[in-house]
Amino acid sequence: MKHIISTLVQNKPGVLAHVAGMFAARAFNIDSLAVGRTDDPALSRMTIVVIGDDKVVEQVRKQLEKIIDVVKVQDFAIKDVIAHDLMLMCVHAPPEKRPEILALVEMFKGKVVDIGQKFVMVELADTEEKLEAFIEACRPYGIKNLARTGTVAMAGFERTEIADNQ
Amino acid sequence: MVLPLFDKLYDAPINFIIPRHEQGGAHMADGYARASGKVGVVLTTSGPGACNLTTGIANAMMDSVPIVALTGQVRTDLIGNDAFQESDITGVTRSITKHNMIVKDVKDLQQSIREAFYIAGTGRPGPVLIDIPVDIEVAKCQMKPLTEVSLPGYKPQVKGHHRQIKMAAEAINKSEKPVVYVGGGVVSSNAAEELRAFAQKANLPVTMTLLGLGTYDQTRAESLDMLGMHGTAYANYAVQECDLLIAIGARFDDRVTGKVKTFAPHAKVIHIDIDPSSISKNVAVNIPVVGDAKYILTELIKEVQHKERKEWFDKIADWKSRFPLRYDTKSPNIKPQYVIEQIWEATKDRAIIVTGVGQHQMWTSQFYKHTKPRHFITSGGLGTMGFGLPAAIGAQVALPDALVVDIDGDSSFNMTLTEISTAVQYELPIKVCIINNGYMGMVRQWQELFYNKRYSKSYLKNPDFAAVAEALGAVGITVEKKSEVKNAIAKMIAEKKPCIVDFHVEREENVWPMVATGKSLHEMDGLDIFESMA
Ligand SMILES: Cc1ncc(C[n+]2csc(CCOP(=O)(O)OP(=O)(O)O)c2C)c(N)n1
Ligand SMILES: [Mg+2]
Repeated sequence: MKHIISTLVQNKPGVLAHVAGMFAARAFNIDSLAVGRTDDPALSRMTIVVIGDDKVVEQVRKQLEKIIDVVKVQDFAIKDVIAHDLMLMCVHAPPEKRPEILALVEMFKGKVVDIGQKFVMVELADTEEKLEAFIEACRPYGIKNLARTGTVAMAGFERTEIADNQ
Repeated sequence: MVLPLFDKLYDAPINFIIPRHEQGGAHMADGYARASGKVGVVLTTSGPGACNLTTGIANAMMDSVPIVALTGQVRTDLIGNDAFQESDITGVTRSITKHNMIVKDVKDLQQSIREAFYIAGTGRPGPVLIDIPVDIEVAKCQMKPLTEVSLPGYKPQVKGHHRQIKMAAEAINKSEKPVVYVGGGVVSSNAAEELRAFAQKANLPVTMTLLGLGTYDQTRAESLDMLGMHGTAYANYAVQECDLLIAIGARFDDRVTGKVKTFAPHAKVIHIDIDPSSISKNVAVNIPVVGDAKYILTELIKEVQHKERKEWFDKIADWKSRFPLRYDTKSPNIKPQYVIEQIWEATKDRAIIVTGVGQHQMWTSQFYKHTKPRHFITSGGLGTMGFGLPAAIGAQVALPDALVVDIDGDSSFNMTLTEISTAVQYELPIKVCIINNGYMGMVRQWQELFYNKRYSKSYLKNPDFAAVAEALGAVGITVEKKSEVKNAIAKMIAEKKPCIVDFHVEREENVWPMVATGKSLHEMDGLDIFESMA
């Protein structure tokens, strides 16, 4: 099962290496990893998507908690959270196809962020499934470039966390 | 570069031992910590000095030993430039330390050092490394008044959850066939006395891991001695038959469990441990209790009741009488087990016993009767050959008046014997008994059993160890006859200087019983060999 593990870590050099190194040393697989600042300059948030059975994910969580610079670990089941990726995509869009593509972007609530002669660059922030669907929809036109951030997540209101270990 | 620090050490009131090799220094800090219960410290230069520490740090990590390693680093402005003697030691040691850090601002130095000692010595103990660039070493800062260390990401849980403790007590009171399985956590937590009171009040048999030895007096009838790969038959049988396994400060290591799937198949499992990540890592646990063993045992003692369990204890007594540890006592040759028995007879429970890694280590765990915590110092998790001599030196520094005896293997001893000079220089009267079989015996045993007796590269042409000892300024004794063993041990104990006794033992003796890789704990080889000796 897919788990999203949201961790608050001290904003210090070496912490990312420590977390990533722990995953490698203990043979846990990272599906995606997103790191960024929070509202508190002393803390960063790492959102790690892991696939594994409950026993593996429980070990991942405990091993993360064991790292001194990791302040808080939350384990979300994928259905209980708002979980979004940000994607930038450069798609082939000659003038005759452009209206179709722009309609797609509209439908997916994306945003055109740059326009070239042959290509448009689209930004889309949404769930993995939506992003995958958009990619499939655009594939026939020719995707030139694609970049994704990895998932960031937060517990939705009135939804429960599997484990909130403060 | 650590010259500025050494300059300060010139007249500092710190007992500083200069080892011959940094690995030795790390093991000395480790031996010091295990013998004293305090945090051991090791200091090295950058690059090669720091890298030489790694085995010692990994060893302390695996056995949860509190040490602080201080390493010099190149100047902050040179970091990352492949400067002379630069190595990214925090990167190198990240997975083998409990925590590590590099101090890049002198204002953080005091706090970092305090945090390092706090982290190393609390919770599940372990090594912490602080890397200090040379410009930080010479920079000036204002000392701040001491405050409590508070780390947002590190709050070890000491007190167990009351409901969990109650549940554990209920399970214990109900159990007909319980076994207590004790690991090194009970040593770290200084809870041997509580363990004794707990086991005796509730009337429970106790088995120990290699690192747990010494927590429960092995001369008592309810001691099942060591379990696992080279454990006793009665410990392994009891674990396989018990209806309740009470694990305390132990981590279900593969050398203990044998085949995990069939480990303690009838048992409900209680696991008391300060490290939540140890719980249900290898074996599913029914009643976890996270916290410090000393605290939880104190609470448990109040809740448990005495229960007779006559059938269970009769069964255990029967196993004990049918399958005691044996060796060929009639042999005219010096059997390694005989030497260890004689060391026990001569030292009883007053010696601090240290070992190398291999067959001699297993025989020392089997044939020496461990009775007190922190009196048996051995490398368990990492199994580091060469640990014995430097760890013995560290223990002797911690306890200057103690009788410290390193029972070592010839091959293990060869790895770090240069530290004899250190013992001589600081007049540390450590004793070394080399169980010299002229082989990497444990490797040879596996080659005999699993590789058709093809003794590939497991033979070493050893030096005359007694002569080496003498050349380095210690006392050396060689023993080649069984009749000389007792006298040599007596002479060694009386000796005021560091003393190395080289026992030329039976060369191809094996450690029994043995649970081969992949076998269940009750499937022990060697019990027939014991029977033939009865
Ligand atoms: C540093 C290190 N290298 C290799 C090993 C693998 N190993 C385990 S036991 C052993 C042989 C030990 O020989 P010795 O010290 O003579 O002890 P004996 O088994 O003969 O009693 C070896 C090579 C190890 N444990 N540690
Ligand atoms: Mg040997």
